[in-house]
Amino acid sequence: MGRVAIVGVGLSKFGRSTDMNIKELAFVAVKAALNEAGLTARDVEFLSVGSFGLWQSEALPAVVISEYCGFENAGTVRVEAACASGSAAVYTAANAVASGQAKVAVALGVERMSESPQEVVVEMLGRSGNFFWEFENYGLTFPGYYALYATDYFSKYGASEEDLAEVAVKNHYYGSLNPYAQFQKRITKEDVLKSKYVAWPLKLLDCSPITDGAAAVVIAAEEVAKSLTDSPVWIKSMGVAAGSSNLSRRKDFTRLEASLKAAKMAYKAAGIEYEKAAKYLDVALVHDCFTIAEIMAYEDLGFARRGEGFILAKEQQTYVGGLIPVNLDGGLKAKGHPIGATGVAMAVEVVKQLQRRAEPGRQADIRNGTALTHNVGGTGHYAYVFVYSSS
Amino acid sequence: MSAANKNRALQLSEDLKKLSQQAINKSGLPIVNDEKTRDPILIDQNTLLVSYLLPVKKIMPFFEGLMRGEVLATRCRRCGAKYFPPQSDCSACYESEMEWFKVSDEGVLLTYTQINVKPASFSNCEDYVVGIAEFQEGVKVVARVLTNDLKSLRVGMRVKLAVIKEAQSGNLVYVFQPLQR
Repeated sequence: MGRVAIVGVGLSKFGRSTDMNIKELAFVAVKAALNEAGLTARDVEFLSVGSFGLWQSEALPAVVISEYCGFENAGTVRVEAACASGSAAVYTAANAVASGQAKVAVALGVERMSESPQEVVVEMLGRSGNFFWEFENYGLTFPGYYALYATDYFSKYGASEEDLAEVAVKNHYYGSLNPYAQFQKRITKEDVLKSKYVAWPLKLLDCSPITDGAAAVVIAAEEVAKSLTDSPVWIKSMGVAAGSSNLSRRKDFTRLEASLKAAKMAYKAAGIEYEKAAKYLDVALVHDCFTIAEIMAYEDLGFARRGEGFILAKEQQTYVGGLIPVNLDGGLKAKGHPIGATGVAMAVEVVKQLQRRAEPGRQADIRNGTALTHNVGGTGHYAYVFVYSSS
Repeated sequence: MSAANKNRALQLSEDLKKLSQQAINKSGLPIVNDEKTRDPILIDQNTLLVSYLLPVKKIMPFFEGLMRGEVLATRCRRCGAKYFPPQSDCSACYESEMEWFKVSDEGVLLTYTQINVKPASFSNCEDYVVGIAEFQEGVKVVARVLTNDLKSLRVGMRVKLAVIKEAQSGNLVYVFQPLQR
């Protein structure tokens, strides 16, 4: 398998979009990414599209997008890994290039969640827990699933709603510095604690929003990447794992086993020691669909010991200058969470960080030239952990 | 426990139909201006309604158990792996000979939440509590917790696993009843 690199990235503004349909939205991200790469649509030999899609009118988004973007020489596929569909798209495109099947591939993530009413979107998300045994009779929602984690975590480790609020405050702070973010307003701990319960003990400001958005990365084989740019960002390793469909079949509710497995797989291939992972990484993008999810990620990724993730947040160790800066783009929490676009947007942000071109105030110190993305699908159903490197 | 009242998704769809008919009457097209951005939005003239059909033949003993007021799980006859939700094939050893056993009446509440923002199918319900409990047979179960008093609940308390009829539909479902100890 050959080395592969990202040679161009593009993003649409995240938020509620009423001015572009799905192909127009995708075009914004693809155009920016191809421009950066110095390539044209005809150079693209494969397109993978991450889109969950239940809420949007177009049933085959990969096809309409491929045509609209003029990818005449590319085969395509839509991939689904719930909220990690974007990372599944990166995985698929990277493997197409690494295997030699394509020299240049595009991974695109796109979602138009605002095409359906909010309550229907809440239902479509809730149904993807485990349909019959969790949703049909009991009406669990996505915030509800993560609230079940929060209750157990609080009970085992003595953390509180106030500790979770630290994560929301940080991610909104960095969102305020990111022109692509859905929320660009700073919030205080009091704002979080005063916000209404969505699924006790999680409140509105503990939750990522419903978002429209698109993100694209151009992935190229080593010799193509080197001919295009002096600063490619290499995909050093990819860890992928799955968890049980039923939440009730997990060992406990304070961790995501799939995250742990995917992290260990990615770390091993990249030569990173699990217990000291934070020392190897300059910056991390972790899956903060809810504040509790970011806390669990600190532990599952080896940044903090079991039960001490919330202390990392409390001590503000995940801001720039701390032990390990996390979600400097505002995370899913403030940047927004257009389900299938999120994983690709993480790849976009990692490239910006490693190339030192994030906006002022949200750029990490790049010392090792190594960064991580962690993207979870569902309630821990899918986990994708990738390590990226500038050398 | 889904509400027997008018389906909320259908209601939302009918509201949109009305809106688009008004637009058609005015301009000849089902295009309206978005309330916030004023951008023109075309409203789909068709409505997609789906009720899925699920085969349950292989786990029918579970539903027959509910009719007797019992919650049943399965155990693999070859390797002993236990399954709740019940399944007819063993994921561990690939044996398909399973035996059914009753989950005990009392378990321990491991975690819980109250759903405040509800999905369309549950939008007519009061806020409801859902939890996960563990039983001595080694299985964990997700179910509704019959209380609206969150303060009365705590992780580690005992709950009774009971089969009840839903108030509105009469559908048999299993729930947790908190036990005062």
